[in-house]
Amino acid sequence: MSELPGDLKYTEEHEWLRREEDGSVTVGITDHAQAALGDLVYVELPEVGQDVEAGGEMAVVESVKAASDVYAPVGGSVVAVNDELGDDPEKINADPYGDGWIVRLSPEAFDEAALLTPDAYQELLDKLDD
Amino acid sequence: MNPQTGLRTALFERHRAAGARIVDFGGWDMPLHYGSQKEEHHAVRRHAGVFDVSHMTVIDLVGTDAERFLRHLLANDVAKLTEPGKALYSCMLNFDGGVVDDLIVYFFTPERYRLVVNAATREKDLEWIGARSDGFEVELSERPDLAMLAVQGPDARELAAGILPAGSRETALNLAPFFGADAGDWFVARTGYTGEDGFEILLPSAEAGGAWQALLDAGVAPCGLAARDTLRLEAAMNLYGNDMDDATSPLEAGLGWTIAWKPEEREFVGRDALEAVRARPDRRRFVGLLLEDKGVLRSHQRVVVDGVGEGETTSGGFAPTIGRSIALARAPAGDYDRVAVEIRGKLLNARIVPTPFVRHGTVRIDV
Repeated sequence: MSELPGDLKYTEEHEWLRREEDGSVTVGITDHAQAALGDLVYVELPEVGQDVEAGGEMAVVESVKAASDVYAPVGGSVVAVNDELGDDPEKINADPYGDGWIVRLSPEAFDEAALLTPDAYQELLDKLDD
Repeated sequence: MNPQTGLRTALFERHRAAGARIVDFGGWDMPLHYGSQKEEHHAVRRHAGVFDVSHMTVIDLVGTDAERFLRHLLANDVAKLTEPGKALYSCMLNFDGGVVDDLIVYFFTPERYRLVVNAATREKDLEWIGARSDGFEVELSERPDLAMLAVQGPDARELAAGILPAGSRETALNLAPFFGADAGDWFVARTGYTGEDGFEILLPSAEAGGAWQALLDAGVAPCGLAARDTLRLEAAMNLYGNDMDDATSPLEAGLGWTIAWKPEEREFVGRDALEAVRARPDRRRFVGLLLEDKGVLRSHQRVVVDGVGEGETTSGGFAPTIGRSIALARAPAGDYDRVAVEIRGKLLNARIVPTPFVRHGTVRIDV
C-alpha cells in the first residue's frame, strides 16, 4: 500500500478531504478504498448546489464487483463535482488523491477533531490487515 | 488473516505468489483476481487466459447400467452421445422439477461416463446421485486427484496445445467443439464457460503447477473467479445458485433447450413436475436485459413491468466487453420488451435483448 498523503484528513469510511485555500473542501476515496472496490465502472455524483449533511450519502461509486456509498465527511453544499468521472470512473483507481477527486464542498463548519490524521488513518488500516 | 482456512487447490501457493486476492468460494480458497478483473476479462476476449477450476467436482461413473442410470438421472438425454469424448450439458432435477445442479457429462462408452459438477453443491450432488443409483449396476468415484484448468480465448487452444503431453497436441487441436479426448493421463476438452473457444484440461494435481507456469510463460493471463463471472454473464451462461436452484424450474431459467422431452417414454427424475410447468401459461420468462439509464445492474434487483407484474434479476453486472450494464432476469409472463429495474430505490429503464450478449469476442446486441 502506498504512503498516505500527509496534507489530507481521513474518515473511518475511507474518504479523504483536502482543505483548499478558498475554504472549500475536496473529497475523494482513499487508495485503500479503491483497491478494495476494484475497477470502477460508474460514479453517481450529486448536483452542484445540493446540500449534504455530515455523514449523509453524497455519491455512489460502483465497481465491477460492488456498489459503495461515499459519505459527506462534513456538512455543506456541493460547489463542484468531478464530471470527468462520468466517462472515466477509473481515474479513481489510477489517481485516487488527484484526478480521481469526487466532490468539492463548501462546508458549514470544519471540525478537524472529528477527522482522522494520516497517522490515525494508517493505524485504522493496519488494524484491518490484522 | 482469516483464521478459518478453506480447501485449497494444488495451485493455491502460486495464486498467492502471483498477488491474487483470495476469497471463499463454496468452501474453497480461490483467486478472485490478480489485480484487475477487467484486464483479465479482456485478456480472455482478446487473447488467452487461464482459470484454476480445480475446485469443481469430477465424478467418474462406471458400470453396465451407466447409460440407463444417467438417462434416469438427467433431464438431457445421454443417449444422444454416440461418439467417444462427446460432452453434453444437462440439469439434474429433483422430483419437483427444481434444479439440483447443472453439469457436464462426457461419454466414453455406454458403461463409462465422467461428470463435472459444481464445487459448492458437491455434497448435495454426491448424496443425490448416490441415492438415485440404488438398483443400478453403476459405480461412482470422485476424482480429487485431478486438477482442472480452463484455458480460454481466441488464442487459447494454440497456446494450451503447446503444454500438453507429447504426442497429444494434434489430437487436441483436432477436437470439435464440445468434444474431449485423453492426452496421456490428462484429459482435454474443447469446452468452457466464457463464450470463447478454448480447452478445459483435467490433469494429475502433481502436474498442475508445472502446467500453470508453462501457460503463464507462454503469455496466457492468469484469471480469477471475478472475470469468470463477467465472462459467463456476457455469454449468458447460467450460474447455479444465482440463475437457478432447487426451487427453480429449468423452464424458468432459460434452460428449456437442455431438456430432452423425446423419447416420451424416458422417465427422468423431475419429468412429471416439469410437464406441469411446461403446460402453465403463466410460466415466467427468462430474459437478457440491457440497462439504458446510468447505473449498474446487480443480481437480485427488483424488475417491474408496468401493468404486468414483477420479477428479479438473477445475475447482473457491468459487462466489460460491452461497456454497459447487463443482467439475466426472471420476469413475469407477457408480451413486452421493456422493463424497469429498481436500483438503490430508483426505477431505471432496461430493454430486453437477445442472448448471448457477447460471443467469440463480438458484441451481439444493439447498444
